[in-house]
Parts: sequence; C-alpha cells; structure tokens
Amino acid sequence: MLKGLLPVLKKDVLIMFYSPIYYVCSLIFALLSGYFFYSNTAYFGILSLQASGDPFLSDILNLSDMVVKPFFGNIMVILLLLVPLLTMRSFAEEKKQGTIELLFTYPISDWGCLLGKFFAVILSYLAMLIWTIPCIVILTFLGKPDWGIISSAYLGIFLAGLAFTAYGLFASSITENQIVSAVIAFGGLLLLWAVGWMKRLGGELMGKILEYISMATHTESFAIGIIDTRDVFYFFMFSAFWLMLTSRILQQRYIKR
Amino acid sequence: MIQVKGVTKYYGQRLAVKDISFEIMQGRVVGLLGPNGAGKTTILRILTCYLPPTEGSVLVAGIDSQKDPLGIREKIGFMPENVPLYGDMSVLQFLGFVADSKGIAARDRRYEISKVISQCGLEQQEKRLIRHLSKGQRQRVGLAQALLGNPQILILDEPTAGLDPAQVLEIRQLVVELGKEKTVLLSTHILPEASQVCNEVIILNNGRLIAQGTLSELREKLKRSEEMRFFVRTNADFKTMLELKNENFVVDVNEKQKGEYEILLKPEVDASGKLSKTIVEKGISLFELRSMELSLEEIFVRLLIYEDGHTN
Repeated sequence: MLKGLLPVLKKDVLIMFYSPIYYVCSLIFALLSGYFFYSNTAYFGILSLQASGDPFLSDILNLSDMVVKPFFGNIMVILLLLVPLLTMRSFAEEKKQGTIELLFTYPISDWGCLLGKFFAVILSYLAMLIWTIPCIVILTFLGKPDWGIISSAYLGIFLAGLAFTAYGLFASSITENQIVSAVIAFGGLLLLWAVGWMKRLGGELMGKILEYISMATHTESFAIGIIDTRDVFYFFMFSAFWLMLTSRILQQRYIKR
Repeated sequence: MIQVKGVTKYYGQRLAVKDISFEIMQGRVVGLLGPNGAGKTTILRILTCYLPPTEGSVLVAGIDSQKDPLGIREKIGFMPENVPLYGDMSVLQFLGFVADSKGIAARDRRYEISKVISQCGLEQQEKRLIRHLSKGQRQRVGLAQALLGNPQILILDEPTAGLDPAQVLEIRQLVVELGKEKTVLLSTHILPEASQVCNEVIILNNGRLIAQGTLSELREKLKRSEEMRFFVRTNADFKTMLELKNENFVVDVNEKQKGEYEILLKPEVDASGKLSKTIVEKGISLFELRSMELSLEEIFVRLLIYEDGHTN
C-alpha cells in the first residue's frame, strides 16, 4: 500500500532543495521570525529596565509570557503563509509537466506517492525551523526559559505543520496551476485559522463549533506548556481528513467512466 | 504476453475506444498506428495501468490489470509521448529515482544505470540537468528510464517524435536491437518507421481496431477485396496505354513518368499474364512488368477509407 514512498520522498526532497522557492521561503522565514523575536525581546528588555525600579512590574514580568509565547505564535502565522508556497508544486507541477503519468506507471502506489510528498514537505518545513535555534540560544542568555513551554511550543508548530501541509497538498492536487494552488491553500488556511474569531457573532452552539474548527484555538495550549490530547487529536484528524481527500482526487482517474 | 479483450473506455460521455481486442506474443515488435484521436494513447494508458478500462480486460505477462496493477508496472518499461521528465534533476539523479521506484536493489543500481546510459548514448550527459538537454537527449533519457530494470515488455509512445533524421535513425536501430530480446509495443504516426521496425501492426481509427497483422497479411487482405497493381515499362505513350482501359479487367492506367505506368486490374487469377498478353497484342513493346506491393501508408489510407465508408 505504501510502495514507492521512500523513492518519492527522496526525489521531492532533492527537488525542493534545488528549488529557489525553498531558499526564498527560508530567508523570509528567518528574517520575519528574527524580527519578531528581536521586537519581543527588545520590548522585554525595556520593561525589565523599568522594572528594576518598580517591584510590582518586576513581579509580572515573565519571559515565557512576553517573549516565548508571542514568538511561537508569530512563527505559526509566518508558516501558515509560507507552507502553501512549499506545497504548491507538489502535484500541480507534476500534472502540468505530465510527469504524473510517468509517476503512476512506475510500481508506486497512490498512498506511497502521497505520503512521500507529504513527508518531503514536512522535512523541508522542519529544516526551516533551524532558523529559530539561534533565538532559543539567545533566550538562554537572557534568562531562564521554561524548556517545557519551549518543547510543547515546538510540538504545536510541528502538528500545525502537518495540518498546513495536508491541506496544501489537497490544494495542489485539484489544479495544474501552482499560483492557484498557493492561493487556495493560503486562503483556506487563513479562513480555518481565523474562523474562531467570529465565535461571539454565532450564538452559543455555533460559537463553540467555530471555536473548535479554528486552528488558532488549538495552538494556544501548546504555547503555554500544555499538551492537550484534544488538540493533538484535532491536528491529526485535520491532517488525515485532507490527506484522504487528496487520495480521492488522485484516484479519480480510476473512475471507469 | 499482452492480451486485450473487449476493451472499451469512456471519458465521461465521450467514447475513446470501443471493443478493442488483440494479442501480442512474446518477442514481437508491434506497431500501434492510427490518426490523431484514434485511441492509441488511451490503449497505452490502459496497458500501463494508469487508467482502467470501462469494460473489458487486460492481461500483461499473465497479470490482470484490475487485480494487480502494481505487478504489471513492475514488468513493463513505459516511455510516454513528449517524454515528461524532472527538469531540476540531473540524468543520473533521475535514473537513480527510477531505479529506486522500480525496486532495483541498491547493490545493482549503479550497474543497471550505467548499462542503460551506455545503451542510450548518454555518457556525456549523465551529470547535466535534464532541463539543459536537447530534445533528442531528453528522448534518450526517456528511453533509458523505460529500459531500467530490464523489463521484458517495452511500451513506447511516439519515441522518435520531434527528432532530427540522424537521431530518428539511432532510436530506430536501438528499438530493432531491443526487439530481439523484448516484446515491444510502439505507437507511431510515422508509417515507414513502423514498416521498418515492426513485425506486425495494429491499426486504430475513431476508437476502433480496424486491422491487425503483419504487412503481408494486411496486403493479402486488401488484395482480395481491392484492385491489383502492376508496374509496367513500355515504349508506348500515355494515350496509347489509356486504350487498355477498354479491357474489362483493367480498372485504371496512371502514368508515373514517360514510359512507366501503374496499371490497376480487377482481382483475378493470373492477372499479370492477361495484362502482358493484351499489351503485346496491341503491338506495344513490354520491357518490364511486376506486381506493386502496397506500402504501409497505402494500406493504412485504404483501410481508413474503407472503415470510414462502412461507418458512414
């Protein structure tokens, strides 16, 4: 069932790392995450100086709340913008170039191909997160960061990455045009991220539904060091749902008429 | 080796191929011919298990395409039309991916890749990016990836499309060599190529199979139902030769050049004897008389006309 997963994974990783899009995305990610980290830590630094003369202020100053949590929140949003650019060519380019016909005449199963591409994007996504390591190292010199919060925040980013990638692959599978794929992925992810903000407009039941659907809701706990299994379940189910839909799109060619 | 029975394929409401049946024995080189839109690519996509048939069955190397498509894909090497390739990879990297996909063991990979690179004359291009290759070089990469893993069945869709004459000759020679060991199904528009390279042909038109067999078999089939053609060289002028049309067994007389004529006769036993006797009786000096065999182009066109006439 997963025949061909490794060859497709290796091929897509190779092509990804040869692609200028990946390096542009990595650079943008590094710049933006670095900027947000700098602005949060600079603000924290200013408040720390003020707090040296104000004991009340020094009590509420907290590295995790003022730097770590917003930093990882910002990273999540940056990745929501960039992952569509990593996934846009996965299937769209193959369909446009005709290589998808070549691919599906090798002994490669549909799920092997899909998961190979999925994990290839995940690996590229994780490689981009390397740019956050210097920020974490700096944090250790600034104070005593809570490693539990940092670890759970990275887990949250990883799980969100699975979800972003799964939806991005779906968007890539329904079109031959990379730009259309990126726009569908970005628009869909932004909608699913922000839909919870409308919870107060929808009444009690609808508000709860909107809040549950919203991805932003499910990342909050990770940023404060809580690994809620409901949130883990949400991201796995979200990813599985869009991967299943993508496999159905690929299997459309098996419709006999 | 390949058995196709009653294959029909619809794309939605549009019929692509209808009730196609043929068999290709091991070790044959078979040409799949037909005009644009005849259904050749559809048949190849069904054989390679990229698409399923709407009706009918396909057995490749004894494997049913509906039950074990991955098993069939392991037995075949396929070169699609226009050779889609990954432009961002080098030739070596791409062939490495193909070897990996086809399940070639890591210890054998280098040898197998070197072998196909050598067979396809790609030694100078192995480290170059595919997008930097010429059309002919890309075709050869396409053929190399089909050959990887030494499949016993090769399916080639227009392998010489867009190549210059020297490259066309190279690819044809390679296919002839491969045909000595493998079963080859070759889709082509270029009829002389099919007649040079293939043992037999399958002709499609409007999604239907209209003829199958060796060139001799197809000629025989047409001879029985069509005129017999003779080449005649005489000392007579065209006006004199046209008088032959008064004979009831002569259908037409065409001048090819001065003193050389093509004469069409109704199918008869000993037609050539009757013709030579008639020419001599008219006082015409007969220098040469021989039967003209139909070329594949003529067979193809006549079959299409016959088929279109019946369909209409």
